Parts: sequence; C-alpha cells; structure tokens
Amino acid sequence: MDGKRGLDFYLLAAFFGAFLLFLYGPTLTIFVLSLQGPDGGLVFPMRGLSLYWFGKLFEGIGVIDIGAALMRSFKLGLCVTVLTVTLALGAGLAYRKKLWGGGPLFYITVASLIMPSIIVSLGIGLSFRLFDGVLRDFFVWAGWEIADSFATSMGLYTSALGAQLTWTLPFGLLILFAVFNRFNAAYEEAARDLGATAFQSFRHVVLPLIGPSVVGVAMFGFTLSWDEIARTSQAIGDLNTLPLELQGLTTTVTTPVIYALGTLTTLVSCLVILIALGIATFAQRRTKRGKDVA
Amino acid sequence: MKPASRPMLARWRLHGLPAGLQASPYALVFLLFFVLPLVLIVAVSFWDSTEYEMIPAFTGKNYAEIFAGCSNAQDMCVTFRTYLSTFRFSALAWLSTLLIGFTVAYFMAFHVRTARMQTVLFVLCIIPFWTSNVIRMISWVPLLGRNGLINDFLLGLGITDQPLDWLLFSPFSVVLAFVHLFTVFMIVPIFNAMMRIDRSLIEAARDAGASGWQILWHVIVPLSRTGIIIGSIFVITLVMGDFVTIGVMGGQQIASVGKIIQVQTSYLQFPLAAANAVILLLVVLMIIWGLTRLVDIRKEL
Repeated sequence: MDGKRGLDFYLLAAFFGAFLLFLYGPTLTIFVLSLQGPDGGLVFPMRGLSLYWFGKLFEGIGVIDIGAALMRSFKLGLCVTVLTVTLALGAGLAYRKKLWGGGPLFYITVASLIMPSIIVSLGIGLSFRLFDGVLRDFFVWAGWEIADSFATSMGLYTSALGAQLTWTLPFGLLILFAVFNRFNAAYEEAARDLGATAFQSFRHVVLPLIGPSVVGVAMFGFTLSWDEIARTSQAIGDLNTLPLELQGLTTTVTTPVIYALGTLTTLVSCLVILIALGIATFAQRRTKRGKDVA
Repeated sequence: MKPASRPMLARWRLHGLPAGLQASPYALVFLLFFVLPLVLIVAVSFWDSTEYEMIPAFTGKNYAEIFAGCSNAQDMCVTFRTYLSTFRFSALAWLSTLLIGFTVAYFMAFHVRTARMQTVLFVLCIIPFWTSNVIRMISWVPLLGRNGLINDFLLGLGITDQPLDWLLFSPFSVVLAFVHLFTVFMIVPIFNAMMRIDRSLIEAARDAGASGWQILWHVIVPLSRTGIIIGSIFVITLVMGDFVTIGVMGGQQIASVGKIIQVQTSYLQFPLAAANAVILLLVVLMIIWGLTRLVDIRKEL
C-alpha cells in the first residue's frame, strides 16, 4: 500500500470531497442567509448583512418564547446527559461481571435503538394517559383537592425525559461495550492485588482509562437530546422543547428568523462537540503520559 | 441483620456492587419507558373507543378499520398504498445510502494511510449526526426552492425555461434528505467492519493475481457484510417509521405509515394508532428478522 497514488485514489478522494460538501454545504448556506438585513428572504441573493434576525429571535416568533424553549431544552439536555452517563456506566460495569438477565437486557437495548421512534413515542404517551386516569381516580377516591385541577403527569422531566433516554442510553451502553471489549483487565487486577477497594480501582484505574469514552457518551447524551424530535413528539406535555418548536415553525415562518434559530442551535451543538473532543483529547494525552512515566 | 450485612458490605467493598444492582436503574428505564409502553400498545390496539375516550375491551375493529376495502384487488386501499409508498422510500434510501456509505467507508479504510487522518475524516463524517435533523432539512430550501440556487443556475444556463417544481417538497427532496441524514448510519458500521479486515488477505489476493475489482467484490464486500447488514437495518427501520423527514421535506403532503400514526395520536385516537403501530412493528420485525439471519450483532462490537 505504499508508493504512488493511483487514479482510483483520486477518484475516491473526489467522491469523498463531494460527499463532505453535500453533508456540510446546505447547513453553511443557512448560516450565511441568517446574517441578512431586515429585507432578507429565504433564498439567495443576500439582502443586507446584519444580526437583525438574531435580535428578532429573542423577541419571540409569533407566540413562541424562544428563550424559554431554549432554556427548557438545555436543562432537559443536561438531565439526559447526567442520567445517560451514570446509568449506562452502571450497566456497562455490570456487564463485565456475571449479569443475570444480561442477554434479554441487551436485546431490549438493541430493540430500543432500532424501534421506529413513533412507536416508542406513542407508547409512552399512551402509558402516561392511562396512568393519568388511574391517578385521577385515586385522587377522587382519596378525596384530595388536587383531583379538580390535575391535568396530566406528562411533562419534560417525566415522559419526555424517559422518551429521550430510550434513545440515548443504547448509544451509551454500546459505546461502553466497545470500550470494555478492548479493556485490559490486568490493570484492575494489579490495583486489587495492591489492596485497592473496588471503588478505588474504579476511580483511580478504570475511570481514567475509559475517561475519553465517557466524555463521548456524555456528548452523545446531550447532542441527541438537544435535537430529539421523533420520540419526544407524542410524549410531551404543554411545554415544547426547542426542536419541536422549530419543527412547527418550518411550515409557518417565511423569514430568515428560522435560519437564525437553526444557526443558533447548531452552534450550541458544535460548541458541545468541540468541548467534548477537547476534553477527550486532553484526558487521553494525560493518561498516555501517565503510562509513559509509569 | 447486622452480623449478616457486615460480610456483605465487606464483599461489596472489595468486589464492587453486585451486577444486578449496578444495572438496575438502566433496566428500570427500559422497563418503564420501553417494555411497558409496547405491552400497552398491543393491549390498547384491541380496545374500543369513542371520540373522546378509550374503552377497555377486546375487539378487532381497529384492525378491521385499517384494512377496510383492502380485499378489493382493482383499487388498492389506503393502508396498502401507504405501505407501498413507504417501502419505496425505504428501498431508494437504502440503495443510495448503501452505495454512498460503502464508497466513503472504503475510501477511509483502504485509501487513507494514516490512522490520524482516518480519525479526522471519520469524525468529519459523523459531526452532522450530532446536529439537528430539522435544521439540516430546512437548509435545503435555499438550494432547492423555486427561487433557489439550483433553479437559478439551471435557468441561467438556459437548461430549463421555468423553475423545476419537483426539487422541493416532493418525493425527490424526501429521498435526498434521507440520504443526507442517514448515510452516516451506513458509514459507521461498514467502516468498523472494514477496519477489522486482515490486510494480509488483500495482499494474498493481490499476489494471487486478483484485480482491484476482484479484491473489492470477492474479499472486501463479503468481509464487510456485517457492517452492511447493520447499516441496512438502521436505514430501513428509520425510514419505515419516519414522519418528521417526510413531513418537513414533503411539505406535509406525502403520506407515510409513521405519519398516519402521528396524526391519529394527535387526534387522541389511541386504539387506532396503536393498531397501526402493531402492524408497523410486525412489518419492521419481519424485515429485521430477514436481515439478522445473516449476522450476530453482539459479536461485532
């Protein structure tokens, strides 16, 4: 495989370049178009150059308070991230031992990953509605005052959170599977031989070694939650997340304000990706240096 | 209690929490938000309903309603037509993502020489996956619209004398968006499979006189089979249940199985939506079953 590049290399490289252009080009056009002046439209040519539409964004689009939706999505994303990392890590570690029911749990994980999202979403929405009925009957039976005002137990931190976890957790566990498959257990045994408790060997041996992958799991957790629509759509209460608001706006809004919104949320995603890649690279370097010294 | 628990705690201290305890929060999430909802969907698909409430029962009327008129051979019923259209989208998206994804993965695995460059290109391919799908869809508007760049370009060159309408909010734009969004689901598993191919096999094939195409077809393709199948499962199931992409890129005008379920859910017709979900689930399971007969996913991670 050494020596001069053949024609096939250049053809494939050109194909790859075209693919990257296809992948990134359209998104770049909306970044550019979001920077138009007040007369801007949805297509080229650019009319003016300003941050006008980003200002418009925070005045709200129609009745939708973008700032509030953004904060809701952000907080939900953080919850999903924390839960994805801790729960997937717990399960990932459990799979390294003898786990009763590990087989079925693995198949459920894979099933959740490839299950059409509309089915998951419908199922969760349906479950909460049935649960609401039971809850209402209970309040009436118990004679609690809340019975009159109770609407639903669906919401961001109940049904929507659960719906998003069915999507982020499988990614988390599968990433950790891949990591632990390549993990050398000798380090842990050495720690145990030296008298470390289980927690000490996890904290000081395992975690530093798998650290970059854990950051990766966290990044999957946040970015997938931040943009999730399909599973959240039928499993959310009165208050929508940002991507759901955005989806609703695609049919009604005809100004570049929607591009401004798209640019903003993409920037948040990119920032999170950059931070995660930065931390992962840093952690990897540190671990490697540690190993070299040892 | 105390004397018994002390050795247990000592064991935990030394060997860590029992596996069952460590995995239980994870398992609980899937029990509550995945297994239970699926069981309820199946149960409710047999329930009766009025316009405003669900009535526990055991009736096949939801299924009967879905397949009403489907025995007529001349005029296809709505359900069959919708499935046919969804299958067509799946097939087109599958074929396009497979060809593009395979080529991209092949380039990265066999023509990029350094591991660092491979990583960089691989990350470049998956970064968009971590950004919003809806935004990536609407970003086609300035390109494909009536007054978009493509139409401007074609009109400018005099290739057409009026703007093409089928570029946006059409089956074409739906498939284009599927390819745009889902090719990554092909690239990752195929690239992963290709990276595990022992390079000496390719050397051996070359030494035995195989041409480039022969190596590709008789060595690389068969050895990438697992990746191809995993990618295919992802793309096909994603498209079969899709309602967001078809909704946004089809201008809310094109029917799909997922969209039917979504509309029925938003009108609170849960039993009917549940019956549709059960049918979709069975169809998807059959497709996956067919594909997984060819591969063991767990071995491939």
